[in-house]
Amino acid sequence: MTFYYKHVYLDDTATIVGPYEKKGPLHKYFDKTYNDLYFGKSSFEKAEVKLVRDALVMLMKKTGLKKEEIDLVIGSDLLNQITASTYGCSGVGKSFIGVYGACSSSVLGMIIAANFIEARFINNAFCIVSSHNMTSEKQFRYPTEYGALRPNSATFTATGAAASCLTYEKTKVRIEAATLGRIIDYEQNDPNDMGRVMAPSAIDTLVTHFNDTGRTPEYYDLILTGDLGKYGMEIVKDYLKELYQIDISNNYNDCGVMLYNLREEKEVKAGGSGPVCSALVAYGYVFDLLKKKRVKRVLLLATGALFSPLFVYQKENINSICHAISLEAI
Amino acid sequence: MLKFFCMVFFILDKLFLGDEMRNTKYDKIANLHKAPENRLKNAIIAFFSGGVMGFLAELIIEVFCMYLHISRIDSATLMIMFFIFMAAFLTAIGIFDKLVQVFKCGLLIPITGFAHSITSSCLDSKSEGLIYGIGSNAFKLAGSVILYGVVSAWFFGMIRFIVGGVG
Repeated sequence: MTFYYKHVYLDDTATIVGPYEKKGPLHKYFDKTYNDLYFGKSSFEKAEVKLVRDALVMLMKKTGLKKEEIDLVIGSDLLNQITASTYGCSGVGKSFIGVYGACSSSVLGMIIAANFIEARFINNAFCIVSSHNMTSEKQFRYPTEYGALRPNSATFTATGAAASCLTYEKTKVRIEAATLGRIIDYEQNDPNDMGRVMAPSAIDTLVTHFNDTGRTPEYYDLILTGDLGKYGMEIVKDYLKELYQIDISNNYNDCGVMLYNLREEKEVKAGGSGPVCSALVAYGYVFDLLKKKRVKRVLLLATGALFSPLFVYQKENINSICHAISLEAI
Repeated sequence: MLKFFCMVFFILDKLFLGDEMRNTKYDKIANLHKAPENRLKNAIIAFFSGGVMGFLAELIIEVFCMYLHISRIDSATLMIMFFIFMAAFLTAIGIFDKLVQVFKCGLLIPITGFAHSITSSCLDSKSEGLIYGIGSNAFKLAGSVILYGVVSAWFFGMIRFIVGGVG
């Protein structure tokens, strides 16, 4: 399902990252970096709440908006009951929505906010996503200090928080269209190969977007998927070419691959993941490119694996979803 | 006539095999981009690191025997305690998981892996307190090993009892 917007603009962004992302190639685009995964707190969960808080405070400072002037805050993260967002956003804004779309949450939040703004219900909205490598390891995989050997296809949850301010008033970057994806089940069930699980949803949303809008890959200067990793992005390229005769290899990249130095940071394996992975690249690097008009149109596809360890142990498949948003420099 | 059959086949195909076909096609393409896994190299590293662990254990037994003047059996017990302590200690200071990444499963197979799994679970849940955190999560990974170890020991004990009798 595709929507078009006329009056939704991206005002400003704030990005906070942890030590692994600091070593990555995009480190100079982030607003604040930390060297320690605890961020001065006593537990990893509290550290993630601090990340959310930090990003909100930084964005309020950048946009000049006060706590009570924000119409809507949309938060999402990977913790159970999306607690990092609910604790981190408490006391900020006139209203709050917590959304969960796994790693696709970053774009999902933006689409919801954009719809509210386009309908003139609200004037501005903060969208915030966060993830923490250690909290998601603890929740979805093994204890943080457990030395389980991970296969090369595994992805690495990014640590950080990224916030964006969407507004009705004209700025340099416009949100032009968005495509909401649907849940895809391609009978994949390997939690250590998320690229393979999520690639079908990226393909589905991309094809839907092109069909709905009548555009071709050349329309965009940059097409970015969220966190497929280096193997997942090859699958997307090949499958699109083979089945739909769409060639995106010229202007296509993956945020998970861009966020880290895959050669030097061995623990990252196939690439970054987590809701903040696509948001960090989009709000940090891509937003900067758009502001400076180095690229004109960008399509961001945030992919999410709707994965629960419980259901995998009960021999169910892992479903995936992908939402797309089109950003335009003006 | 042929055309008719073709059409029926086509419709049946679409009805019953449509999604199935697409998935196998997807799997075929996805299999081309599988992450390469060097299992042989891992196995060789694990073989040697496991061997070195065994060698170290023998060495420690000999050292304890010689300097503490105790029997080999007592010395072996002390050596196991030493290994368990070292695994727990290295886990606590955050080194053991990095060592495993380098030396592979050779470090996990002996009793060290067991100690490591319990210590890491405890570390993970310490923020939730002594009862709801450490107490209820310490055996999250090791619990299965203990349970099925005890169960299988009982079965083998019974077999031994039935076949060989008491004594």
